[in-house]
Amino acid sequence: MLFELHHVAYRTHDTKVLQDISFNIEAGSTLTLTGPSGSGKSTILRLLANLISPSEGEILYQGQKTTSYQPDQYRQRVSYCFQQPTLFGETVKDNLAFPFAIRKQAFDEAKCLARLKEVDLSSNFLGKKITQLSGGEKQRVALIRNVLFEPEVLLLDEVTTGLDDFSKQQVHQLIKNEQERGVTIVQITHDQSELAEAKLQLHVENGRISQ
Amino acid sequence: MKNLAVNNWSLLLAFALVLVSLVISWKEKLGLTKDTLYSVARAIIQLVIVGYLLKAIFKVDNLFLTIAMTLVIIFNAAWNAYQRDPNPHRKFWQAFVAQFIGTYLTLSTLLVTGAIKMVPSQVITITGMIAGNEMVAIGLAFKAMHDAFHDQRQQVLEKLALGASPKLASMEIIRRSLKTAMQPTIDSAKTVGMVSLPGMMSGLIFAGVDPVYAIKYQIMVTFMLLAATGIGSVIMVHLAYLNYYNDQMQLILE
Ligand SMILES: Nc1ncnc2c1ncn2[C@@H]1O[C@H](COP(=O)(O)OP(=O)(O)OP(=O)(O)O)[C@@H](O)[C@H]1O
Ligand SMILES: [Mg+2]
Repeated sequence: MLFELHHVAYRTHDTKVLQDISFNIEAGSTLTLTGPSGSGKSTILRLLANLISPSEGEILYQGQKTTSYQPDQYRQRVSYCFQQPTLFGETVKDNLAFPFAIRKQAFDEAKCLARLKEVDLSSNFLGKKITQLSGGEKQRVALIRNVLFEPEVLLLDEVTTGLDDFSKQQVHQLIKNEQERGVTIVQITHDQSELAEAKLQLHVENGRISQ
Repeated sequence: MKNLAVNNWSLLLAFALVLVSLVISWKEKLGLTKDTLYSVARAIIQLVIVGYLLKAIFKVDNLFLTIAMTLVIIFNAAWNAYQRDPNPHRKFWQAFVAQFIGTYLTLSTLLVTGAIKMVPSQVITITGMIAGNEMVAIGLAFKAMHDAFHDQRQQVLEKLALGASPKLASMEIIRRSLKTAMQPTIDSAKTVGMVSLPGMMSGLIFAGVDPVYAIKYQIMVTFMLLAATGIGSVIMVHLAYLNYYNDQMQLILE
């Protein structure tokens, strides 16, 4: 098992966000989380990314507690994509350069252009100002930022919500490519067509798994 | 020193100036009357104590006593700077380390180059100026950093999620805070002598020193404050950003 969650709970000062969450995720599989707004889906992904820690229970990744890994390196392997991505700096290049900076590597333009092309963004996008991008273009750039260095796991938090059909299609293609590379995917979606295709589903309700 | 004529009587009459501020507060319903009286009383008491204390220390002229006094100044400045940090996870030792290194590094440069002499009247006053300015700079850095971690929270989270270390994720915030901390010192260096005659220089001129000689000290002070606020706040911001993270490199929720 790639991930094992044992009786995970997450609380903030006054609210019980998640309670008694236990499930496993197999390497190379795609798991889809569903459930009403506020049920705790994003919180589960954030826990998997070790952006927050469980209040109770434990999460194992490849048989070891997530907390036993060096957190920044762990997050390079288990990559979380936000519901509403924030691009930083000024240009698309600033964003794609960041994963290189993290790994102290020189910027590889050819690599970036190849990945941009995968989601139908031409080479002149590299110099584009982020303020000039549409929502769909922003999301595609954000996703490329996540997959540039081929993470082992992609945590996709409603990455197609609110996108135009074309962008959605491109994102679906990118996800499919990642699946074929053997990347494990945990995604959240409300999209009917995505749900129809999702073989493995977990329903979250009121901070619990409900089936 | 024959021109220095302030005496207890003239001070008492000058108290009328405080009354002006009290009347304004009362007329305009600012509710500052109590605060004004308290701060005036506090200033008088503190200064009287400091006056006698310095007199005693200068008279004894002992190296260890002088060093002890500078440590007290640094400690106080660090404590006040620390109090200005809005982050509930602030740490006093960090402010102390920043003030300590910033002050002593600047002070020892001044001593080694012979700009000041190793006598209590010079070392202690200069330490006070350095530490005081550092304290203000560090206080500004704290505030700027806290604001930035709020405003740019999403961006920091995003960088962390991509696998950045806290340092890399905070780099922009660190830079911005440092800039905020140093800006006033740089700005005041630009207008020094044009708008205000700074305290050091005014004091010397007041005491009858040749203005051309007094400006040399002011130039030294300008250099020294640039260095001190720079060193102090560089150290501070590189420590303080860590207080926004836990040991799992997660942004601490407030
Ligand atoms: N740090 C926090 N402090 C307070 N409440 C929180 C915190 N994190 C999550 N919550 C609460 O936990 C609940 C679940 O949040 P979460 O974002 O996981 O929901 P979700 O299932 O992703 O919803 P949506 O579909 O709207 O994105 C919400 O009610 C949210 O307000
Ligand atoms: Mg959500």
